[in-house]
Amino acid sequence: MRRFAVCFIALALVIGMFAASSVAHAGPYEDALEKFTTDDYSDTADAVTEVATSGSPLAAPLIAALQDGRLQFSAKDKKVFIKTADDKVVDAATGKPVEGAAPDDIDTVRVNNRLRGVIDAANGALTLMAPNPNRRYEAAQAVFKSREASVLPALDKALASEANPKVKRAMVEARAAVVLTAEDSSDADKIAAVAVISARGDQDALGLIDGLPANQSPDVHAAAVAASAKIQRTLAIWNTVQNLWYGLSLGSVLLLAAIGLAITFGVMGVINMAHGEMVMLGAYVTYVVQELIRTKNPALFDYSLVIALPLAFLVAASVGILIERTVIRFLYGRPLETLLATWGISLVLQQAVRGSFGPTNKEVGNPSWMSGAFDLGGILITYNRLWIIVFTGIVFVALLGMLRFTRLGLEMRAVTQNRSMAAAVGIRTARIDALTFGLGSGIAGIAGVALSQIDNVSPNLGQGYIIDSFMVVVFGGVGNLWGTLVGALTLGIANKFLEPFAGAVLAKIAILVFIILFIQKRPRGMFALKGRAIEA
Amino acid sequence: MTENKFDSNLTKKVDKQTTSALLYLDGISVSFDGFKALNELSFIIEPGEMRAIIGPNGAGKTTMMDVVTGKTRPDTGEVYFEAGTHDLSKLDETEIAGLGIGRKFQKPTVFDMHTVEDNLLLALKNDRGVRAALLWQSSSPQEKRIDEVLDTVRLKGLRSRIAGSLSHGQKQWLEIGMLLAQEPKLLLVDEPVAGMTDAETQQTAELLKEINRTKTVVVVEHDMHFVRELGVKVTCLHEGSVLAEGTIDQVSTNDRVVEVYLGR
Amino acid sequence: MKSHPLIRLLDRGATLFLVLLAAFAITIPVLNLLVPDGSALHVSTYFVALFGKYICYGLLALSIDLIWGYVGILSLGHGAFFALGGYAMGMYLMRQIGSRGVYANPILPDFMVFLNYSELPVFWYGFNHFAYAALMVLLVPGLLAFVFGWFAFRSRVTGVYLSIITQAMTYALLLGFFRNNFGFGGNNGLTDFKDILGFNVQADGTRNSLLVISCLMLAICFLLCRAIVTSKFGMVLVAIRDAESRTRFLGYRVEAYKLFVFTVSACMAGVAGALYVPQVGIINPGEFAPANSIEAVIWVAVGGRGTLTGAVLGAFVVNYAKTFFTSGFLAPYWLFMLGGLFIGTTLLMPRGIIGTYNAWRSKRAEALEENAKSAAKEDGSMPSASAAE
Repeated sequence: MRRFAVCFIALALVIGMFAASSVAHAGPYEDALEKFTTDDYSDTADAVTEVATSGSPLAAPLIAALQDGRLQFSAKDKKVFIKTADDKVVDAATGKPVEGAAPDDIDTVRVNNRLRGVIDAANGALTLMAPNPNRRYEAAQAVFKSREASVLPALDKALASEANPKVKRAMVEARAAVVLTAEDSSDADKIAAVAVISARGDQDALGLIDGLPANQSPDVHAAAVAASAKIQRTLAIWNTVQNLWYGLSLGSVLLLAAIGLAITFGVMGVINMAHGEMVMLGAYVTYVVQELIRTKNPALFDYSLVIALPLAFLVAASVGILIERTVIRFLYGRPLETLLATWGISLVLQQAVRGSFGPTNKEVGNPSWMSGAFDLGGILITYNRLWIIVFTGIVFVALLGMLRFTRLGLEMRAVTQNRSMAAAVGIRTARIDALTFGLGSGIAGIAGVALSQIDNVSPNLGQGYIIDSFMVVVFGGVGNLWGTLVGALTLGIANKFLEPFAGAVLAKIAILVFIILFIQKRPRGMFALKGRAIEA
Repeated sequence: MTENKFDSNLTKKVDKQTTSALLYLDGISVSFDGFKALNELSFIIEPGEMRAIIGPNGAGKTTMMDVVTGKTRPDTGEVYFEAGTHDLSKLDETEIAGLGIGRKFQKPTVFDMHTVEDNLLLALKNDRGVRAALLWQSSSPQEKRIDEVLDTVRLKGLRSRIAGSLSHGQKQWLEIGMLLAQEPKLLLVDEPVAGMTDAETQQTAELLKEINRTKTVVVVEHDMHFVRELGVKVTCLHEGSVLAEGTIDQVSTNDRVVEVYLGR
Repeated sequence: MKSHPLIRLLDRGATLFLVLLAAFAITIPVLNLLVPDGSALHVSTYFVALFGKYICYGLLALSIDLIWGYVGILSLGHGAFFALGGYAMGMYLMRQIGSRGVYANPILPDFMVFLNYSELPVFWYGFNHFAYAALMVLLVPGLLAFVFGWFAFRSRVTGVYLSIITQAMTYALLLGFFRNNFGFGGNNGLTDFKDILGFNVQADGTRNSLLVISCLMLAICFLLCRAIVTSKFGMVLVAIRDAESRTRFLGYRVEAYKLFVFTVSACMAGVAGALYVPQVGIINPGEFAPANSIEAVIWVAVGGRGTLTGAVLGAFVVNYAKTFFTSGFLAPYWLFMLGGLFIGTTLLMPRGIIGTYNAWRSKRAEALEENAKSAAKEDGSMPSASAAE
């Protein structure tokens, strides 16, 4: 409401400037002005409504002035003045500055709460004719919420001349809201209004219909009950769609964080507790790239993520290969020790980043194409979430393709399935181990680029994802990328559907407990390989 | 039960109530990710019998043992123990071991960090419960029994050696010793002579024959020489079902067996 | 052939450990209470509390070693059992504050008054009695471990999977205990304790007594662990660790063994937490952090897993190092050192301090035996054992 008022004032000033040049004639506007000078609340209310429906270009600045306590009157002269922001006094009837001294009995027009309601409605009515369709739309929405009966004439007038279908629809709905709540409307009008509002079908519509006074005629009551049920159904559907969307979004984040782990843990069987730190490194690479761009060539800022992606992959993959060559390869076949050693690595990496970049959150900006949002039906879709989902899909498909169609992928699968056989046919298994680990780490790195857009970039970034990532991989089934996909999306969506009932924390706990129980039932996850080979 | 009727068991279903078989497998199928490890496998082991099971790699020998010992559940089919009294497909490894089925693995698995004596002690037939293990005291009958087993498997001098330091053949014997200490009704022995010298193989054959005096034994083996040495009824598996059954001479001259083994 | 149970229980290392522990439990209070302040030998109360804390960590490490070293269960959630024991004790200590709290409510602890609780939640009932609280110290971690283990072991979740879900367990508890409406003081936890069994928790005498009691509990739990691992039960545990499915085929109900020892271990961790809380004066959800549990595992690894004494030694060494380094100019490097410790121990000294020492000793003993043997051979008399080889 407050923002609305600010916009309105800005607009009012613009209109005011045009108005200043026009010459005033006696008419409904001028007649209404006189009522401001009686210092009586109900007269003032009438005056406001009349001014608003007068169609005079001077109406808007006048009502704005009244709202801000800048409207003054002289009872003696029966004249009304507007005090402008720079303390000039303008004659409300002409819109021209008052020459010479103002009358000595000048006083401010007083406003009470009831009047404020009338003023808001008047504002709404005024803006209903604004040239900007967005403004008209907002005004119609405001009327829908205020349901101020006094706007009805203005609304009808605006409706008659409205061409924009979206605005027109909003106005029809606003009109229905006014008609429905007005006590003197006929039953037929009310039922028609219920139909219009029920078609709108959002939370506001539901609130309006459920909030109707109980003393309706049976027909109206029945219509309202039916409409309420219908809106609730619509809302439930949108609510589900919204949960699905949020779940998809969370799921894609989980998938992004876990997909590298699906390679190192799922395919190689290496428990890499430093996986989260690879994500963290990727996020810091993004930060460094953006810093360089900011200082050297700000014009490239929109491309920062595109530049960061390959760099993050390379940095994380190199660190991964280094870790594999110096630590992990000595621990193959000792998973628990691998777990501990990589935990140690994660501590070292965190502390190294903390030492170089400091312990505080780093500012990583959204490029323009990742900021903002748009409405899709009843839900709001932000561009960064949308892009992350798209990006996750691309990474997933690329990885799947890489494993299936490239020489490296073939060799990786060969080594995973039968190490000694792979070695026997001339695959350099040690090299493949290092590359596989590098690939998993590199993917974690590019996940970091994406996550830097929605999460705080700090040395602890990775810690927040490690348990979730393991849950996803374990839940989905080890050694199966599709399992990881389904696992991540299932957990993401389940989490978002639980949140409304349980709250974010309890939903998370519930998911953890569920996975703990699930692993008991299917110790190898949803899409586990079955057979003798994995029993060992 | 006549020999004649027994042969017909291969194709005809026998009512489990009337069977006197110690181990009764009927129509067992197991598949791993579409690969049929066992395909309608049926055979019968009579009490006191010793049976050799042969077959090329992937014939389903180990999977068959997994099914009998409860490690793998059959997709379809029936496994009964002791004249149809126990449905093995509904029991887990521990329960099946408790019924008196002992198993020696293909790859000798003994408890590497324990001494030879402790390995046998762990295998010795007695209460397997948590409380019994906590309150356990050594006793002279147990000591005597361990001595006997050590004698039988010729490891007397190595009693306090760490099992992990034994040679491959010694581990095989220790594992057989553990089987004996368990005093099972049925012994499943998977490739007992793999990696043994000829002399050791000979000794193992004798040992198994000796064991067979009191127990029922099923031996899975690749080594035809060894199977011939045992001189018992042979079942040849191929692609998860029985290909041929009979004496070693009958089986080894069977056309289909020859075809499978030699690829003709 | 088997040695007497008592001799097995108290081998050389175990005896030495108990003697050292007793000496420690006597010396520290003496040096704190009887040696005057100015003396070079005086141990300040700060150190008494610090050592008391180490003893509790030692007990936690012992509980982890019992399952990791002997059955191969790597729990990354033992900090949860520790913290639950700590909370049980903390709840007792909170109830002891009575009307001396800021809000002077005789029943409700301060945080409940602050959060507008009208009455004591049911699960806080009874915690004004020490005996009940002590029972809960054992029961709550024990029950959680039992239920968790019952599910996990029955469905044969082993190895890293078990580690990961134990980590998830403590993480879930962490999230839960951080919530104010959980009824455990939210992220501030429980603190501002006044007395324990009528003694002021801040007093020197109480601090020394707590240290001695901690040492006593450590000794009792150590003997309990020794009794477990030297019995046939312990042999089965090692058998499970080395060849789980073989043990199953021998007819042992592996899950029952694991469940028993996991529950015992959790109870021990709970006791450690309960002793820890009055000595540090606070318990908060941070104790559930997965990092804490992993850190406790590295104490065991450093000292030598599967040795029991090594676990306690490791807890002491690592925590002393932590206290030493985090208080000086080296503080920013402590995490590098800790990380290095994780990597170095697993790569270079997987058997830990005691394990490496034991291996070195038995190697030396073997060498001596070899020497003796070859000397005997030259004498012409063949030892019978070598004939069978």
